[in-house]
Amino acid sequence: MADTHIPHPDLPPPVSIVGPIGWLRRHLLSSPLNIALTLLALCLLYIAIPPLLGWTVLNATWSGDSRDACQANSGACWVFIRVHFDQFMYGFYPDGQRWRVDLTALLLIFSAAPLFIRTVSSQTKLRIGLSILAIYPIIAFILLTGGWFGLAIVETSQWGGLLLTLVIAGVGMTAALPLGVLLALGRRSRLPAIQTLCVTFIEFWRGVPLITVLFMSSVMLPLFLPAGMSFDKLLRALIGVSLFQAAYMAEVVRGGLQAIPKGQFEAAAALGLGFWKMMGLIVLPQALKLVIPGIVNTFIALFKDTSLVLIIGLFDLLNMVHNATTNPAWLGFSTEGYVFAAAVYWLFCFGMSRYSQSLEKRLHTGHKR
Amino acid sequence: MPESPAPKPLSDQTMIQMDGVHKWYGAFHVLKDINLTVQKGERIVVCGPSGSGKSTAIRCINRLEEYQRGRIAVDGQELSNDVKQIERIRREVGMVFQHFNLFPHLTVLENCTLAPIWVRKLPRKEAEEAAMRYLERVKIPEQARKYPGQLSGGQQQRVAIARSLCMNPKIMLFDEPTSALDPEMIKEVLETMVTLAEDGMTMICVTHEMGFAKTVAHRVIFMDSGEIIEQNSPEEFFTHPKSDRTRLFLSQILHH
Repeated sequence: MADTHIPHPDLPPPVSIVGPIGWLRRHLLSSPLNIALTLLALCLLYIAIPPLLGWTVLNATWSGDSRDACQANSGACWVFIRVHFDQFMYGFYPDGQRWRVDLTALLLIFSAAPLFIRTVSSQTKLRIGLSILAIYPIIAFILLTGGWFGLAIVETSQWGGLLLTLVIAGVGMTAALPLGVLLALGRRSRLPAIQTLCVTFIEFWRGVPLITVLFMSSVMLPLFLPAGMSFDKLLRALIGVSLFQAAYMAEVVRGGLQAIPKGQFEAAAALGLGFWKMMGLIVLPQALKLVIPGIVNTFIALFKDTSLVLIIGLFDLLNMVHNATTNPAWLGFSTEGYVFAAAVYWLFCFGMSRYSQSLEKRLHTGHKR
Repeated sequence: MPESPAPKPLSDQTMIQMDGVHKWYGAFHVLKDINLTVQKGERIVVCGPSGSGKSTAIRCINRLEEYQRGRIAVDGQELSNDVKQIERIRREVGMVFQHFNLFPHLTVLENCTLAPIWVRKLPRKEAEEAAMRYLERVKIPEQARKYPGQLSGGQQQRVAIARSLCMNPKIMLFDEPTSALDPEMIKEVLETMVTLAEDGMTMICVTHEMGFAKTVAHRVIFMDSGEIIEQNSPEEFFTHPKSDRTRLFLSQILHH
């Protein structure tokens, strides 16, 4: 007669490996070195936090509208930021027209909101995302530049602050990703002409610093254009940033394409899928998901690199802050200004990073092959 | 092993015709003068030592591999360099791979409906109904909403078979479909293939499952170093192999 094997029942884990005590032991006190490091970190925090907190919050001045209000306190003078806040957001965008900027931002926030809600199906999300990509740039362009529907024209030279930063970053990202995907596909193409073209393009743009690109677009390009012909400085910067970042994006995407096993291409081909359907339905969805960290890394770098446009005289957030610190009425508050600018940049970059993490988790379908 | 499917009279309609096919990888001559005619409804098992070119040979039929000399015609259409023509032929030729090659980012159902929707242009609903029918046939309709990564190897391979069947192919190619599976799972995949054989599907199967070859195949082909050494009915092939090479191979594969 055969013995029936009765599996041993699962026992609950001991207290030392679960719960808060387990967490402490595992993460902070797992070895003598770890204990020493934990103590050192506590020490550093003890030294650093009180003065930081004092300067930014406890001893800071929050109200008032001139620099005199700040004389009494030893901490930060946030009045400086409050007074210049509109400038930091809109640059030199005319006062009476700033609602247009707000409306543009609100439109984006509301139309994109469903993309961040978990219960919305991915099909709907795709549809919403594509329609935003198709329609929103046109609406934003009309709203911001004007000249249509009785809106006053606002020259792009008047755009500035966070508005300009977001415009450059937004255009750069939406142009760089698809362009980068095409370049990556081109670089892996078996057609020598396309491959050479893509390799040359990528290597050229990766080989020059962004500052050079911006300089060339604003100083050298006009030399080659016929006299009297010029096009918008912002537009030139946008094209420069987009092409530059597309080259980086192409290499990120190529990394993803190379990680897709040959069997996936073969299975798709064997079902009769053509090149674009194979890429669009089978290969790219997997490849792009693999390189989300790389894509977001490039996006974050792009977002921060927008500050380089100050070199060609565009007033993005950082340049507006810099400009305000040289205001004779507000000399001596550059620390507050740069801390504020850093905080805004950090907020956006951190947001992107968190979103990418949640995206990665959500797209994981429990496979390794 | 299940009962052998009732022998059906083969029609004289030629499904696959390979004439003098040669292939080189660089200087290496992988396929040497392959000639093969497959009738509609015929089931062929290709065996041989590894590196003998058997996978390469069947991968030429749907042009996953290029060949440098000779001609191949599938259901009367000759393979050319025309991409559209190749895609047309691939629609009619289903293929099952050693490593399943399911699309990991799509559910089982989506794996099965993708090609019918995008290549055959079937309406989604119709494609899903057909897919469910085939998933039932390979006995895993309850897994339709899962992702391939959540299934066992045997289940994945059965999904791969269903995915190919959803395109209503006229021919099925199997490239070592059980070689990557645990022994427990080989049986379920072979059973699925036997039911397919019972329905009269034209099949070419590269496999080392000699039991399957004995019960299902009309013809067994033995390949070595890029050549077809011997082909015969399974009875003749296993009991009276003609060449020494075949005898050596059979003695190794049957008594290990």
